Amino acid sequence: MKTTLWKMTLLLGIGIAPTAVSEDLAAVIQASFSDRGQATLLRLEQDPLQQHCSQPRDQPVDDEIAMALRQQRLDAVVFPADGDFLGDWQRGATVAASGRGLQFNDDPSIANGGNCYACHQLAPSEVAYGTLGPSLTQYGLRGQSDAMLRYTWTKLWDTHAFNLCSHMPRFGAQKILDEQQLKDVMAFLLDPNSSVNQPTE
Amino acid sequence: MITRWCLLWLAFPAWADEGVFDQYRDLMGDDNPAIFVIDEGEEFWYQSQGPSGATLEACDLGLGAGVTRGAYAQFPRYFADTDRVMDIETRLIHCMETLQGRDRTVTAAKPYSLRGDFGTELEALVTWLAAESEGVVIAPEQGHLKERAMYALGEEIFFYRAGPHDFSCATCHEQSDKRIRLQQLPNLTDHHDAADAYGSWPAYRMSQGLVRTMGWRLQDCFRQQRWPGLTFGSEVSIALQTYMAVNAAGGIMTAPGLKR
Ligand code: HEC
Ligand code: HEC
Repeated sequence: MKTTLWKMTLLLGIGIAPTAVSEDLAAVIQASFSDRGQATLLRLEQDPLQQHCSQPRDQPVDDEIAMALRQQRLDAVVFPADGDFLGDWQRGATVAASGRGLQFNDDPSIANGGNCYACHQLAPSEVAYGTLGPSLTQYGLRGQSDAMLRYTWTKLWDTHAFNLCSHMPRFGAQKILDEQQLKDVMAFLLDPNSSVNQPTE
Repeated sequence: MITRWCLLWLAFPAWADEGVFDQYRDLMGDDNPAIFVIDEGEEFWYQSQGPSGATLEACDLGLGAGVTRGAYAQFPRYFADTDRVMDIETRLIHCMETLQGRDRTVTAAKPYSLRGDFGTELEALVTWLAAESEGVVIAPEQGHLKERAMYALGEEIFFYRAGPHDFSCATCHEQSDKRIRLQQLPNLTDHHDAADAYGSWPAYRMSQGLVRTMGWRLQDCFRQQRWPGLTFGSEVSIALQTYMAVNAAGGIMTAPGLKR
């Protein structure tokens, strides 16, 4: 129901005909799961972004909807209240390494991790890294200009603001990480002393 | 009973230190401990159980009553007697109910064992039946309208993004030669990867000391996907198995596999 509402708001906003997203599909999915711990059935309802990015076989997506969605995501990014983007890189390293959080078997009272190593190479000393995303080793070489800080923050807050239908989670927008954790991860990426930015052999 | 003791010994806890793990590999070599589970599954098939005191020998797995050889490789498939597309796990529960008179709220209550448990009857039966298809070509039925609809549904679900991480199966399984940490990820939209992956389940998980079925694999991937609990025998479960089996069609069944 919520999905339909979302969809209608979006479509009315930009005035085009509804796409054929099957309500049956949503119903079949709802009927196949049950609440488990913190993972309730509410999670199965798609927001407009998720709905848009669920096209089988990466069919081309409608440009107008895509543009509207990307702009929405960009407008909704929340930058740090105190204007300070960089926290503690060592704490950031811990956040990047932790894969726990938001699974039905995870204890919700313990902070979530960012699970960055699942998809990215970061500190060159860590060999157990995944390859779904690009290597971020030496990311700090890009410097700490205002543009770079805002780009990286936005990427972590809501990657779809730049790359609609990216496979990376929306760490800020979906409240996976809190503001302090995001700042710490920023430092892990950008602080010249961070293990991410140590020379590789 | 002997089988059970062996299983107990094999089911060393997942938290056992590397030393124990090495010792175990030294003892077992590359032998797949699933062989004990295969034997156990066969025993269950021929065991009289339930109010009717019947065995499962009259169970129709799609190739006629009692035909076990090659049956696994053609699942999921449509059954006229239930008017449903079924996977092998739900078909077995159906046979336990209709032939043995056993209540499905009991037989399907705990289909998969927890860590540190003995394997379940269902896990053993599925393992034996997979072994009965070893070397057989994967050929899920797609003749019936409901079978084709199941495939189409499976494809939609495979790409359906939801949950706090916006994950779908495709997030982790639509590209080739990718990995998460050090774990290789099969591209389940690709025939070769799908055949290797689909054909190797059920599999003995060394880290858990248990045989796991494809139904278990799915609910564990949904856990990583941050979705709620997948219901055993649900449409989503059967649709995804159909999607993978059809993508794998033409490949060879190698199960039971051996996984980390
Ligand atoms: C599920 C996989 C996944 C996870 C987990 C993930 N990322 Fe990503 N990330 C990607 C992918 C894929 C891309 C490339 C596509 C894109 O830019 O959207 C990417 C891109 C990026 C980029 C932009 C790279 C560039 O060259 O500009 C940064 C920065 C980044 N990720 C940081 C992180 C951090 C930090 C974390 C942990 C908090 C993280 N990612 C977790 C998949 C992931
Ligand atoms: C967040 C990433 C992620 C998502 C999302 C995910 N999986 Fe997986 N999947 C994995 C990992 C990691 C493995 C390897 C597991 C291991 O070695 O323990 C795996 C293994 C598998 C396997 C066994 C492959 C083999 O060769 O043994 C199958 C089949 C599978 N997944 C299907 C699915 C399906 C279907 C979905 C959607 C419901 C899904 N996965 C969603 C990460 C994921």
